[in-house]
Amino acid sequence: MTTFSPLPTDRPDLLGQLSTSPRRRAANVAATAWMIGSVGVALVPLGLIAGYVIVKGASVISWSFLTRNLPIITELPGGGIWPAIGGTLLLTATATAMSVPLGVLAAIYLNEYGRQRPTARVIRFMADVMTGVPSIVMGLFVAMIWVTAGIHDGFSSFAGSLALACLMLPIVIRSTEEMLKLVPDDLRQASDGLGARRWRTVTGVVIPAALPGIVSGSMLAVARAAGETAPLLFTIGISRAFHLSLGAQNTALPMEIWNNAQDPSIAAQNRAWGAALTLIALVFLFTLIARVVSARFSQQTS
Amino acid sequence: MSGPDVGAVERDRTNDRWVDTSFRAIALGAGLSVLAILALIAYFTTRQAWPVFHREGLSFVTGTDWDPIHNKFGALPFIYGTAVASTIALVFAVPLSFGIALFTNELAPRRLRQPVIYVVDLLAAIPSVVYGLWALAVLEQPARSVYQDIADTIGKLPILDRVFGGIASGPSLMTAGLVLAVMMIPIVTAISREVLATVSQEDKNAALAMGATRWEMLRICVFPRARGGLVGAVMLGMGRALGETIAVALVIGSNQQITSHLFQPGDSMASVIAHEFGEAASTPLYRAALIGLAVLLLAFTLVVNILARWFTSRSDQMASP
Repeated sequence: MTTFSPLPTDRPDLLGQLSTSPRRRAANVAATAWMIGSVGVALVPLGLIAGYVIVKGASVISWSFLTRNLPIITELPGGGIWPAIGGTLLLTATATAMSVPLGVLAAIYLNEYGRQRPTARVIRFMADVMTGVPSIVMGLFVAMIWVTAGIHDGFSSFAGSLALACLMLPIVIRSTEEMLKLVPDDLRQASDGLGARRWRTVTGVVIPAALPGIVSGSMLAVARAAGETAPLLFTIGISRAFHLSLGAQNTALPMEIWNNAQDPSIAAQNRAWGAALTLIALVFLFTLIARVVSARFSQQTS
Repeated sequence: MSGPDVGAVERDRTNDRWVDTSFRAIALGAGLSVLAILALIAYFTTRQAWPVFHREGLSFVTGTDWDPIHNKFGALPFIYGTAVASTIALVFAVPLSFGIALFTNELAPRRLRQPVIYVVDLLAAIPSVVYGLWALAVLEQPARSVYQDIADTIGKLPILDRVFGGIASGPSLMTAGLVLAVMMIPIVTAISREVLATVSQEDKNAALAMGATRWEMLRICVFPRARGGLVGAVMLGMGRALGETIAVALVIGSNQQITSHLFQPGDSMASVIAHEFGEAASTPLYRAALIGLAVLLLAFTLVVNILARWFTSRSDQMASP
């Protein structure tokens, strides 16, 4: 908060102390306890989940766990989760290639052309609404239009990527638009003043200025997509080995966690925890890259 | 040296105009793709679910019997389970989220503010399947013994025995609700924090200068102004809970019953789709029924999200006229 505040607002309790009745003071103390307590309570599940995933996952993860193919019999120990890691990377990369260019273009329309026009307002609103569409519905949608439509041979990495891309698109649009908004209008006016047309201003000035922010927003969308299971359930099929081809069936880390979590055998449970730690590490890596890039961005602009 | 080639510049200009128009058109097309995808989702799901809507009519929503073998598809148990689990989640998550938002905005020393925001956001970074794995493998056993203790004490009282009594089960509506509550906290917190921040510092200072305690200041000048936005925040959390699939599917117990006992298993719309769509693919009517559930789910989440956006955008306008 940059506004000048003449009062010691961090200790407002001192101000009224002389006249504040015990009942009012008690209400204030109770409210304060509620706020502090809420933070404490929210930290409990976070700590527990992180603790379990790290402890149980780390005891499973080894070089061969990360590099070998999935076992034939899930109830027995052995095998690795390499196909799931490769699958997650392939699916998210393909989904990014589809959703980021489309999303950035849409954001350019919203912020550079449409602004407050009715079309832009409708698109903006619908992009917000689209973030609320349940991921299982996205998966079902792609299963219907792609997997079982008859023109393709069913389950494939491409279908899974398509579902993830639908999920990422609105996130990319909204975060990119926020970043384009941060680009000062002076830059646009300077470019206009040199006689550049709008598209030159956008591609030569606005996008380069906003690029780190766009990258970080896209990485957050990638992190979100990497952890999704529901869009993949009916789209990518089953596989024990990694296939680089987009037309082949594949597997992914969330799918392996989902399958193994429902298998009560010790080997499967261990595999689920190992995959969970791997997935969280991956998601965390994406988030970290996003934060580093955006931190550099805010240094540049300020 | 010859002068500038005026003709070339002119040609460039016209080329440029052409490029500019098409660039704008492409960008607009990308924006419209959002509308197209949403329309396609609504169209395809409704069309493929049509056989079951046509056959069951309104009893698809009101029927309580879900029996794929005998071609009976009443979705009420799933609608009920979704509603109950989401409501439980709201009851736990909303007070906590508002508390956290107030802590970071009003109470926390500056040094603590950013770390708390960051840590709460971490909850959103955990994939839902990991929540499910943890709840299934770790939470369920201790949860059942706690439920049983509650059932044996306040579950013995009249009326309350309808809700908390009986034999407790680990996978249950309550477990699903608790997991959803944790998943809901980051989104409700983030939006309420933004909404609370729109109230001006001058107004708050004025209340404090009149001798109000911090709590009174919040009640007098923050809550009335933020009410619409806070409702929006809660509804966005609700939308998230309605559509959450994987974590719920692992812990709700997958039992198609309508029960007032919160410690009993139930099933949710998203969860039954996740569990049964694979096996239903070869039975047309069964498949249509599950897609019909997706249509209902889509309709519910769209309504909740549209209302939520309406509430939050209205409070934005009120705060900055």
